[in-house]
Amino acid sequence: MEKKDIIQSFKDSLFTGFIALALFGPIVGLRTASKGEGLFITPQWGVVFVLVGLCILGRFLINLNSARTTEFTIFSKLASKFSAITEDKAKHFAITAILFAVVFPFLPFTDRYFMDVAIMILTYIMLGWGLNIVVGLAGLLDLGYVAFYAVGAYSYALIATTFGWSFWICLPLAGLFAAFFGILLGFPVLRLRGDYLAIVTLGFGEIIRIILINWYEVTNGPDGITGIPRPSFFGLPFKRSPDEGETSFHLFFNLEYSTMHRIIFLYYLILVLALITNYFTLKIRKLPVGRAWEALREDEIACKSLGVNPTNTKLTAFAIGAMFGGFAGSFFATRQAFISPESFTFIESAIIVAIVVLGGMGSQTGVVLASIFLIGITEMFRDLEQYRMIAFGGAMVLIMVFKPKGILANRKPTILMHGDKK
Amino acid sequence: MEYFIQQLVNGITLGSIYGLIAIGYTMVYGIIGMINFAHGDIFMIGAFVALISFIIFGLTGVALPIILLLVLLIAMLFTACYGWTVEKLAYKPLRGSFRLAPLISALGMSIVLQNYVQVAQGARVKPMQPLISGGLEFFKNSEFVVTVSYLQIFIVILTIILMGIFTYLITKTDLGRAQRACEQDRTMTALLGINVDRTISITFIIGSSLASVAGMMFVLYYGVIDFYIGFLAGIKAFTAAVLGGIGSLPGAMLGGLLIGLIETMWSGYVSIEYKDVAAFSVLIIVLIFFPTGFLGKPDIEKV
Repeated sequence: MEKKDIIQSFKDSLFTGFIALALFGPIVGLRTASKGEGLFITPQWGVVFVLVGLCILGRFLINLNSARTTEFTIFSKLASKFSAITEDKAKHFAITAILFAVVFPFLPFTDRYFMDVAIMILTYIMLGWGLNIVVGLAGLLDLGYVAFYAVGAYSYALIATTFGWSFWICLPLAGLFAAFFGILLGFPVLRLRGDYLAIVTLGFGEIIRIILINWYEVTNGPDGITGIPRPSFFGLPFKRSPDEGETSFHLFFNLEYSTMHRIIFLYYLILVLALITNYFTLKIRKLPVGRAWEALREDEIACKSLGVNPTNTKLTAFAIGAMFGGFAGSFFATRQAFISPESFTFIESAIIVAIVVLGGMGSQTGVVLASIFLIGITEMFRDLEQYRMIAFGGAMVLIMVFKPKGILANRKPTILMHGDKK
Repeated sequence: MEYFIQQLVNGITLGSIYGLIAIGYTMVYGIIGMINFAHGDIFMIGAFVALISFIIFGLTGVALPIILLLVLLIAMLFTACYGWTVEKLAYKPLRGSFRLAPLISALGMSIVLQNYVQVAQGARVKPMQPLISGGLEFFKNSEFVVTVSYLQIFIVILTIILMGIFTYLITKTDLGRAQRACEQDRTMTALLGINVDRTISITFIIGSSLASVAGMMFVLYYGVIDFYIGFLAGIKAFTAAVLGGIGSLPGAMLGGLLIGLIETMWSGYVSIEYKDVAAFSVLIIVLIFFPTGFLGKPDIEKV
């Protein structure tokens, strides 16, 4: 490297530091805090200097790296190898993963906490797979997916608490309601182009949330709905002492009573629901409607001229995606036994979109990896709660910048006309 | 009738704030064809910078007009840095990538900015004592006295001045010409020797400074801010930009005024709980029935 280059990159780094000072100076350096009446400023210059120093150093290292003649390619090689392996061995990987998921509750190190995290990850996997139909296959960016999740959860909660019907009747009903809302929203808006659609779906998600907050008579407002019935094992409730004339799960199977039974049952329930979603998606991709989705994603005008009706095709994707969101919502309601509008904010939608996008739009395995990665990481760094969303948003930006197609880019059409050309 | 006039005055004030934010959306959309989702959060940062400088200058005891001017300039300067950096980090590498990539990157940036301010400044709401008080009263003899506060007059006049400067900048200067050229055809503009990257950066800088002025007005008008204000204000300003015709600058201001009026009229006459629903419904209805807005050009899809 020339001496001139070093001086140049040095100047460049100093400029970066200057900008960083302007960025962090007021917002980080001058923290406002209320003391008694009015606000006061607590300076935090130490943090600012550390941040600015990091920026200068980072910029200098990036410059050094880009000045090298040999590229530092190990990461991109690793990444491409990784996606090649997962693609080749997709089937083995899937079977191993499912087997692991099945035996997971009985592994020696699995405790209550692990089960809770696993249930949460599986819920997000299911939501990710549901949204993958809309975003990954049909190419419609839906930023209001949480609305359907909320519709599913609330319809389950309302039906179950009002009529007292069992989980297995309420679940399909909740899915149907969510699909109905999907059509209701989709019908007018699906003619819009990509980014307009994204904003409108976001608006729809917010409308649903505002209605949930303000419609006291039905949704009980911000207090939410409590006392949602827990699921039963084909009519056998998970209770220590069952009501008169009822048998509970542990009595029927002659087991010692344990709260883990219910957790394990919930775990298998969400596992089965998620696998159904996955199976359904894999199958429907090969049907005409699934192929039409992928074709629409690639080129809408070509599809129109070949006689594919874009609105109807997109509407099916929207409704089916919404239905799975509704299923996941009713599972959420029955697991929590309590729901409130707070669980259905925009950030939830953003997390689900992030899972789909980071996994590689259209890739089913990618959704699994991204869910485990994002939810697992945020669980591990629970103590750093306030920083995790920064890391989360930052990961979204970084992945878009360095790997815009996601971790496992899978935009290959499911079926090719003349077989797979390699 | 008096009540209506009062709501009209409030609506115009609110509309000025939305209009200033909407300009940022519409300019960025015009020039690089993406929805800058993080723009609402840039507005929020502008509000925070303004709040911090108000507190600092409040301690020095300088005369009020000088404080206002200084805070205005400081907020514009620092917020412009944010706009510039966000463009460099999150959008510039994505030019020429597939259509949804910049939108998702912008979404990530918005999450980052929100939580960054939450961490740096705390999650609590920040109240501020009103700086400009008093106002003019009309219809004193009727049942309902219409009050036009000095603050509202200040906001509207400041908006008009800024719009004047801004219109001059876009229509009369070389910079504005370069910008309009970039909107029409970026490749051709580059061939004619105009630095496209620089023009785009300046677009972000102008958009962010106008948003920071809106942020300062928000602090003064509502007297309370938190890290979350950018989300709703951003969506409403985006609605305003769409309503006026995205890509059209006078349209953004017009759309802002309309959204401000719709929101205040809705909360005045229909229900205050559902005022945000009104804004979102307007967005959906406008996009379905007039996707090009009032002053926008029709968008022709080419193969």
